[in-house]
Amino acid sequence: MRPARLPPFQRFLDAHCDDVLRFLVASLGRQDADDAFQETFISALRAYPRLRPDSNLRGWVLTIAHRKALDVHRARGRNPVPVAEIRDGAGAATVTQAPAEPPEDHWDRVRALPPRQREVLTLRYAADLTHAEVARALGCSEEAARRAAADGLKTLREELRDVPATA
Amino acid sequence: MSLPPPDLRPGEAAALAARTAARAADEGIAEVAYATVDSPAGRLVAIASPRGLARLAYELENGGLERILDDVALRLSPAIVEAPARLDDVRRELDEYFAGRREDFDLALDWALTAPGFRRRVLQECARIPFGATSTYKQMAIAAGSPRAFRAAGGALGSNPIPIVVPCHRVLASGGGLGGYTGGLDRKRLLLGIEAM
Repeated sequence: MRPARLPPFQRFLDAHCDDVLRFLVASLGRQDADDAFQETFISALRAYPRLRPDSNLRGWVLTIAHRKALDVHRARGRNPVPVAEIRDGAGAATVTQAPAEPPEDHWDRVRALPPRQREVLTLRYAADLTHAEVARALGCSEEAARRAAADGLKTLREELRDVPATA
Repeated sequence: MSLPPPDLRPGEAAALAARTAARAADEGIAEVAYATVDSPAGRLVAIASPRGLARLAYELENGGLERILDDVALRLSPAIVEAPARLDDVRRELDEYFAGRREDFDLALDWALTAPGFRRRVLQECARIPFGATSTYKQMAIAAGSPRAFRAAGGALGSNPIPIVVPCHRVLASGGGLGGYTGGLDRKRLLLGIEAM
């Protein structure tokens, strides 16, 4: 057996870029995901040479992504920006559906949940971490992570029940 | 209830990753940058640190890109990214060399992959052999200060991490034979042929 070694950073980047972007799109929406993606991997690269070779690299980079997302959420809390600009009057009739971005409305709803529930659901379902890995990323107990996930899903279910069915 | 992850557009994350890698190289956050360079001698992998070109590897003769990167990650730094723009000058000078339009490389070199001492002295002496000229393993050993160590000089040249630019192909056996070459004798003939024109 060869001792564990860190792979070249490029291989690590190629292996995890999809997971990190999926997580950030779920957590932040398309608009802020690109910047947070770059910040995540730049931070990871700075710490990379000192990382233990037997680390769980996927859990590690998603923990960094989670912290970057948290920074964005906190900044938004200080400087709230409107989610959508609603134009009324003459323009309203000519508004067309933006075709570029498919609606991801369940993640829009997740983003509106209390922070801990949002964090647990994005790490668990967008990044596909286990509850144990989610707990490690958030620095909470696995039990707390499971409970926050259950609470979040319950809220989402209730919201969806209140939404009139659409065709 | 299920929460399917967001859909990504094809290649979306890879494009962002490439931008991040380029930025990491530009800002010096990545200690090592690499790019592949196509040449008449086959595909090359060029690897540079902030000090200069540290490795130029014949891709196939060295077990492929991933093995070359593994080796450099272990010996130099794992903070290595693909950043073609960082190696533009290397690519341009190699293109010119293979096209017969360049005799001397004007590239900073990083000798970190060769331990200081005899082996490094041999390679640094080798780097002074001019375009179109040749030398011998014995002369290299003498120049490096150990006249009897011509076999060790051959070993040092055989493990040259920066072939072509450090022209170990210009070193021949004393009897006039080709000797050996890190990229195989066909490539040694190819390079000598370019320089004989």
